[in-house]
Amino acid sequence: MAKIKIEDLKKIKEKIKAETSLRAGHLRVRVTVHMGTCGIASGARGVLDSLMKEIGAAGVADVAVTTSGCAGICSREPLVTVEVLGEEPIKYEHMDPNKMRQVFKRHILEGEIQTPFVMARGSEQVK
Amino acid sequence: MIELSLHILDIVENSTRAGAGLVTIRISEDRAGDRFRIEIEDDGEGMDDETARQALDPFFTTKTVRRFGLGLPMLRHAAERAEGGLEVKTLKGKGTKVNAEFRLSHIDRQPLGDIAATIAAVIAGNPRTDFIYRHESGSGIYVMDTREVRRRIGDVPIDHPKILNWIKSDIESGLEGIGIDKSA
Repeated sequence: MAKIKIEDLKKIKEKIKAETSLRAGHLRVRVTVHMGTCGIASGARGVLDSLMKEIGAAGVADVAVTTSGCAGICSREPLVTVEVLGEEPIKYEHMDPNKMRQVFKRHILEGEIQTPFVMARGSEQVK
Repeated sequence: MIELSLHILDIVENSTRAGAGLVTIRISEDRAGDRFRIEIEDDGEGMDDETARQALDPFFTTKTVRRFGLGLPMLRHAAERAEGGLEVKTLKGKGTKVNAEFRLSHIDRQPLGDIAATIAAVIAGNPRTDFIYRHESGSGIYVMDTREVRRRIGDVPIDHPKILNWIKSDIESGLEGIGIDKSA
């Protein structure tokens, strides 16, 4: 790893620490991108990638990203579950990077569920 | 799967489901010998002989949500299409090592693709697991070791989006530094 980059990492660490101490480290939203074989084969990595870029561009500190395995609904992949604190989880189906950007901006940031892409309401089945 | 980095993302999931604490992904591009090698080694629970025999069968899985498991069979198919092959070595209680080999210049060898996004995705999904990604080209070696990143970020979680984005950009510039063209 190049030296100048390691310096960047230190700066990022300080910045994150400053932000989380302000917010007491509380997460408001957790987004799960389903990353089983079926999800990966139908484009889940690109969906996750666009989500991470959007989080970076928006500079939000209270959105966490994770992945899960196949939940057996392979034909609807890529699936994304959005869990806003205190609200019912929403599962989006047939996602792509553009739909992910829309869900990030409208649902995650503004609280407006993007019903055309919704598959179901309900809790997440983990690995 | 149309990129080798997508297969890697998929196979690493096997390692983390096996409870691995450390997963090492080694890629080497041997231009003189015209071989492209991918090795994924974990210290997870491993497989017994019976499970190891069935691991390459597309109609075998340890999951209950569906009745097939295509990860390893698809990687084997990709390797065999490019004059290579796949080997799984495992020891119950010790871990598993998957070796895939390809002919580097074979027209059907899939491109590596966005390996930086793959590494970021496996860390995001498994923040308690450590990963080493080592990539060797004819002109140098690049290494990303999450244990080293953790030492530098202290108690900041490694799956924080800003840390993940930093890891991605470090991999991208590191691979550029050793002359890797991910689309080839």
